[in-house]
Amino acid sequence: MPTQLKSDVHTSEDAFRTEVRQFLATNFPDELKGTGNMMAGLDGPTDENPVQKKWREAVGGRGWGTPTWPKEYGGGGLTKGQARIIEHEFAKVGAYNPIGGMGVMMFGPTLLEYGDERQKLEHIPPICRGEIRWCQGYSEPNAGSDLANLQTFAVDKGDHYLINGQKTWTSGGQWADKCFAIVRTDRSDKHKGISFMLIDMDAPGVEVRPITMISGTSPFCETFFTDVKVPKENLVGKEGQGWTIGKRLLQHERTNISGGGRLAGMMGQSLGDIAKKYCETGGDGALVNKVLRDKIADLEIRWNSFLLTALRAVEESKAQGGVSEISSVLKKVGTKLAQDRSELLIEIRGFQGLGWEGDEFGDDELEDVRGWLFGKAATIYGGSTEVQNNIIAKRVLGMLDHQ
Amino acid sequence: MAVLSEEQEMLRNMARDWATKESPVSEFRKVRAAGQPQAYNADAYAAMAEMGWVGIIIPEAHGGSDFGFLSAGLVVEELGKTLTASPLVATTIAASAILLGGSDEQKAKWLPRLASGETVATLAVEEGTHCDPSAIETSVSGGKLTGKKAFVHEAHGASLFVVAAKDGLYLIEKGDGVSLTTRKLTDQRSHADIQFAGASAEKLEGGGDSLLGDVLDRARVLSAAEMLGMAQAVFDTTLDYLKQRVQFNQVLATFQALQHRMADLFADLTQMRSAVEAGLQAVDSGFGVARAATIAKAEANRVLHAISNQGIQLHGGIGMTDEFNVGFYLKRARVLEASWGSSSYLKDRFARLSGY
Ligand SMILES: Cc1cc2nc3c(=O)[nH]c(=O)nc-3n(C[C@H](O)[C@H](O)[C@H](O)COP(=O)(O)OP(=O)(O)OC[C@H]3O[C@@H](n4cnc5c(N)ncnc54)[C@H](O)[C@@H]3O)c2cc1C
Repeated sequence: MPTQLKSDVHTSEDAFRTEVRQFLATNFPDELKGTGNMMAGLDGPTDENPVQKKWREAVGGRGWGTPTWPKEYGGGGLTKGQARIIEHEFAKVGAYNPIGGMGVMMFGPTLLEYGDERQKLEHIPPICRGEIRWCQGYSEPNAGSDLANLQTFAVDKGDHYLINGQKTWTSGGQWADKCFAIVRTDRSDKHKGISFMLIDMDAPGVEVRPITMISGTSPFCETFFTDVKVPKENLVGKEGQGWTIGKRLLQHERTNISGGGRLAGMMGQSLGDIAKKYCETGGDGALVNKVLRDKIADLEIRWNSFLLTALRAVEESKAQGGVSEISSVLKKVGTKLAQDRSELLIEIRGFQGLGWEGDEFGDDELEDVRGWLFGKAATIYGGSTEVQNNIIAKRVLGMLDHQ
Repeated sequence: MAVLSEEQEMLRNMARDWATKESPVSEFRKVRAAGQPQAYNADAYAAMAEMGWVGIIIPEAHGGSDFGFLSAGLVVEELGKTLTASPLVATTIAASAILLGGSDEQKAKWLPRLASGETVATLAVEEGTHCDPSAIETSVSGGKLTGKKAFVHEAHGASLFVVAAKDGLYLIEKGDGVSLTTRKLTDQRSHADIQFAGASAEKLEGGGDSLLGDVLDRARVLSAAEMLGMAQAVFDTTLDYLKQRVQFNQVLATFQALQHRMADLFADLTQMRSAVEAGLQAVDSGFGVARAATIAKAEANRVLHAISNQGIQLHGGIGMTDEFNVGFYLKRARVLEASWGSSSYLKDRFARLSGY
């Protein structure tokens, strides 16, 4: 970069940084410091208090929760560099991004790519303001890994479709306002008979039944559709294009699940430091239980090489343009390591690490137990580990029938 | 693959080209058949030096190119792919010791000779069967070094030794008071125990207290680069084989059990590459070297171990034959795994560095 250009960029970045700081000073209330992202959480209803609401409206109003999305649809219209500045400055003062959820992570980017102008104007701005919650109507009782086997059917009734069928494992279905779904419009072709539609969750004929998970919460539901009317303007793309659009959305989902940053946050404190609180240490500060110590070091070394891999994937895709082939391993490796870590945390804490409820347990202890259980899902959803292995073997390694 | 500069790409392509054309595994077979204790082809090493590979980490003022460890690692990786037998890694490690700890005079005297290939050098630290730099008995009095070093790499070709004594690192030239006992290891490369009996020694005065540790970290990342090349080669060969071999009327590559095993190994190999490249880059930047080098070698050990075993298993009977190359990688793999820190040593070191 010529020096002149470089310094221009720097000046404008500095100016933007100042703007973000001023915004935070004016709008971010101290009492929310270090608390979580209510809208982005999938395992609880959105009981916002007025302070949280005000914070959401402040961020959403500027489009800063979705900083790189186009301004005309309510996004921030900012560059990636500016988005990083927002992330960085927010983190510095312990502020969370109140705009999140499936609308931000998966549906929005997909609609921006495939939706028509009217659909974008209708659906994207409420996502940017954090007003509408979306859920994902993909899986069915007989369509899991083999998703294209889905049977929920939409009959063409002229100005609308009439939908009948059942979805399942619908995360946040009981709290969602709308559902992006893939449904069958043609039984004669497994893939080309699928269409992508937007369904109002309060439309007559939609019924949700929460399912309790092993972690004790009920973050997902069975969703039933009985003669549900969906206006034709809620078809995204063309009839029969649903598989293509639906798969694109899954790519966004996987990127989010394996996103190095999020996982890095999940990993939190060093296991060694935690172990020193629960287990005996010698005079030199080392853990006395050498077998446990070895397991911790083993996990943390592998965790480090995973983080380095996530970084490398980003650098390579920047340098080459397009997705680097190593990103295919991130989901399976990251989710496995996170599970291994949760298991090790239980071994470190002993019975104290298996608490279900009660004041004798610390909040972190209880949260980690629920996290351990909920974490088992990460190798199942978003394309299970086995499905990832199939993809790596066939697409990356070229292990096919015809060589 | 790390994002490389243009020079680095050229260097890597040149090394890849040379290794495939001039130094395929059949060249290692010739070295083995020749049965010489030094166990490398001197002409091949001269050619490597001629191409500037020994001088990659050496400053231009001393006859090198000063391209750094990531660049050196690229070359070493390519040579690892074809099991090229040479004292390149040993000499580069020794050069790093002189760079870190040597006086201006020592640098001016030795580095140009190392870069040109005229002098082969090697690091001698261990005194027992395992990596244990804290258990050194070798001592020096009045400029004479006495002690026994075990399993020294490339000892036969070397005429300069960088030797660890209780109070630091010393340079010793082959000659009076230096005697070698050949130790034939499974990789059939050059290894020897060395008895130093009052050998004339010149201290590397610079580099501070951490000199030995810093040099060992450089040894770790360079060995890890060689291991990365080996792991990649075994993986590629195995994948090719699975795509050709037909059983039950189908190529083996279509069996899901094998697909998933290869997907796991591919993920491991991807992690190994990230760790090794980060280790080399850490040495170049000077930040967090101990930690990065420990992670690099630990991941190299873990993954090469797994891939070298699966390389045999997935080839079936043919993998067990001497005629087939994959066994060579297995044997070299274990020697490198044991060098400069086994997996258990490295995990212990990682825990110590992390404060538990
Ligand atoms: C917490 C959670 C939240 C979810 N949220 C949603 C949501 O919001 N919306 C939604 O639509 N869905 C959601 N899902 C569903 C999820 O996408 C499916 O569970 C997933 O696709 C797997 O399908 P399945 O459960 O039917 O398992 P199956 O496909 O029956 O798989 C069972 C086992 O067989 C393995 N398997 C399957 N096929 C193969 C194969 N070809 N080769 C090798 N092994 C194979 C699988 O890996 C798995 O181990 C969620 C799931 C969970 C756990």
